[in-house]
Amino acid sequence: MSAADVILKLEDVTKVYSGTVAVKRASFEVRRGAVNVLVGENGAGKSTLMKIIAGVEKPTSGRILLEGKEVSFSSSGDAVAKGIGMVFQEMNLFGNLTVAENIFATREITNALGKIDHAAQQRKAAGFLDRLRAGIRADMMVEDLMIGQQQLVEIAKAVSLDARILIMDEPTSALSAAEVEILFKVIEDLKAQGVAIVYISHRLEELIRIGDYITVLRDGHITGQEEVRNVDTQWIVRQMIGSDAKDFAKADDHALGEEVFRTEEISLPRATGGLAVDHVSLSLRKGEILGIYGLMGAGRSELFDCIMGRHGESTGKIFLEGQEVRQRDVTGRIRRGLALIPEDRQREGLVTILSVATNLTMSSLSRFARLFHISGKAEREAVSDMVRELSIKVADPAQEVSSLSGGNQQKVVIGKALLTRPKVLLMDEPSRGIDVGAKADVFRTMRKLSRDGLGILFATSDLDEVMALSDRIAVMSNGKLTGLFDRAEATEAAIVAASAMGHGPVAELGRGDPR
Amino acid sequence: MTDISAKAVSQPGSSGSLLLTLMKARTFIALIAVILFFSLAVPSFLSTANLILMSKHVALNAFLAMGMTFVIITGGIDLSVGSIVGLCAMVAGFLVLNGIDLQIGYTVYFNVPEIIVITLIVGMLIGAINGLLITKLNVAPFIATLGTLYVARGAALLSSDGRTFPNLVGNPALGNTGFGYLGAGRILGLPVSVWLLIVVALAAAYLARYTPLGRHIFAVGGNERAARISGVRVNLVKMFVYMFSGFCAAIVGLIIASELMASHPATGESFELNAIAAAVLGGTSMSGGRGTIGGTIVGAFVIGILSDGLVMMGVSSFWQMVIKGLVIIVAVVVDQAQRKLQQRVTLMQMAKAG
Repeated sequence: MSAADVILKLEDVTKVYSGTVAVKRASFEVRRGAVNVLVGENGAGKSTLMKIIAGVEKPTSGRILLEGKEVSFSSSGDAVAKGIGMVFQEMNLFGNLTVAENIFATREITNALGKIDHAAQQRKAAGFLDRLRAGIRADMMVEDLMIGQQQLVEIAKAVSLDARILIMDEPTSALSAAEVEILFKVIEDLKAQGVAIVYISHRLEELIRIGDYITVLRDGHITGQEEVRNVDTQWIVRQMIGSDAKDFAKADDHALGEEVFRTEEISLPRATGGLAVDHVSLSLRKGEILGIYGLMGAGRSELFDCIMGRHGESTGKIFLEGQEVRQRDVTGRIRRGLALIPEDRQREGLVTILSVATNLTMSSLSRFARLFHISGKAEREAVSDMVRELSIKVADPAQEVSSLSGGNQQKVVIGKALLTRPKVLLMDEPSRGIDVGAKADVFRTMRKLSRDGLGILFATSDLDEVMALSDRIAVMSNGKLTGLFDRAEATEAAIVAASAMGHGPVAELGRGDPR
Repeated sequence: MTDISAKAVSQPGSSGSLLLTLMKARTFIALIAVILFFSLAVPSFLSTANLILMSKHVALNAFLAMGMTFVIITGGIDLSVGSIVGLCAMVAGFLVLNGIDLQIGYTVYFNVPEIIVITLIVGMLIGAINGLLITKLNVAPFIATLGTLYVARGAALLSSDGRTFPNLVGNPALGNTGFGYLGAGRILGLPVSVWLLIVVALAAAYLARYTPLGRHIFAVGGNERAARISGVRVNLVKMFVYMFSGFCAAIVGLIIASELMASHPATGESFELNAIAAAVLGGTSMSGGRGTIGGTIVGAFVIGILSDGLVMMGVSSFWQMVIKGLVIIVAVVVDQAQRKLQQRVTLMQMAKAG
């Protein structure tokens, strides 16, 4: 562990996006001839840190030292020129070009006249591909390859850069077990050549097996740095979640009221044929939290959209307190007592250029208006009540909502829904992309609301969350309701089994990648 | 996080913030600058007669710019206002001169208030057509209003075969005299059209700030999807802004016809561009969600005073166009610079505290 081993060093690096601090004062060392593992929960800041090293993003403050000399990358091309290559998590390949053309994109081999020498490119590409032993030919079109093979092409492309530092952001997420073995062999080769590898993954066993040094991130902070041989998975988990994590408010076992909401046979046709929501019937009682678990594309969000009246072509009936809801549009349904907290906060939840206060009261202005005049006093009171109740951290509600952190933005969305005085609250992935503290606040709020008699439907793809928060758990798969469990009888195995019903492996692949 | 935002608010003294404040007040600074410049350069510039004349000129553009501001805040554009001015002028002129022939041997003549109401309704109807095209038929605002621009102008020309309706004094026997009051009348020394502008501007500013509809206009422009999911009736909001824009254009058509006591079908050509310029100069963001009525009025004054002042200085009209164009470009460049600076200041503060 001599200092000479360190090829790249980040010192006190901070990266702020509008509204969120993604990385806070992180210091991170990358060692030569070793696998430097970076691990953390979703949204902990791993990818941001990697993008800073790869020159995709510039740090807001802090220094980057490459072999002891301070550098700043003006672009990812600049970083590549300095010997830093990256395998991105989301694939950056051109489906309409061949494997060889992809590998040599932006540094095409040309003859004196500037014409691309395809033969030379394919010969060289074949050399890299041979090392991967995945049966990929250099003249194949990328779009004809399977996802795992595409991932390998991405890796071949990074290897072909002859990088001194190679960053791999979840390289195994799309690989089969056999392909993972190939990748690990390639990594061993690279290590032997003295390449420094930065490796990001969620699969802890994998990290223990391949890693040499490990760095754990939580909420943008580095919480632990160790040699891998000194640690075990428990240690990693402890650093990753900390003591305050997964702070699900305790269930208080309040009595549930009568049925407040029911859907009957809700269906929504998919544009590509088939049904996105397939005859879903549910019922919800006052004060009940009904968790809807499902994988990506199971139809949870679409079900919520149907309930809110966002799809005119949906069929089926919904009942609120025993009465059929006949309003077809969102406005009418909000008035009847339904409210939705959408999954995508930025695109659907908030008008980010407007203030916190304006966003909060957007759905409920008629409550503060006499005839057509908004009573400033009544509105301000409602806003400050809501800010206090949800502990939204904002100095002045007149601030633009985009200046808030993700968690506080989410609270604003929740506050907006609550100000409409709903009877039933639909929450789509309410804890996505927010920090641990805000998550706990959101969960506590859900508990409190249900105690006050609100019916809550919440959709999530987080198994822990659905198990901890729900009074009952509904499982959706492929648009259908495939399971309904009481909390007492629900087991993880049963829920997972129900969520995989009707999923062939091929179908799953297709849905995993909506593009 | 509380302390971060607290700092952001409580540190107006830093150099970035001072620059920001200056940039935010840029339209107002520009207004003061043009007034100062021309009062030094042109001796009679600050005379009462000239000020009143200029305010009448400015009022015309200001009406259109207010309607345009709401449209632009929702993320749209209304190219048809100039043509609506022309068509409404022709409608008013036609009604004063000819009345409506009922085809059964009778012709109905309306008195002036009735003519004004009918003309305003015509303006709003064309706005409603714009709105329906955009909301129901999903035509892009640029294209929809470009279409009505041609249709309305064509209709104006057809109404008189391209001729002018002259001499709109009306006939005492028919009870339709007094059309000239809008353009020539004075109340407490100020032209009627300026009083009208004050009333409509105050109403529009009130609407923007204190009514649910006003809030919804900003919400639609800021994020249409989020607005829809929040229960905002997006289509109604859009219908309103285009109808209000048509209403403002109809007022301008009436005032011009009344000032000239004649209706010419080419009235209002290219007025839409001046209106857009005033709105943009006043800080309305073309990408929607931002803008104020007050800013737009100041913007209209800057443009109006600039062009009148340059005329009085004897600058050639060719140069006037160049100068107007440069002013607009500079305004937008400063606007962008302000946004960037503001963003940087907030980010740096968050980084420091985070």
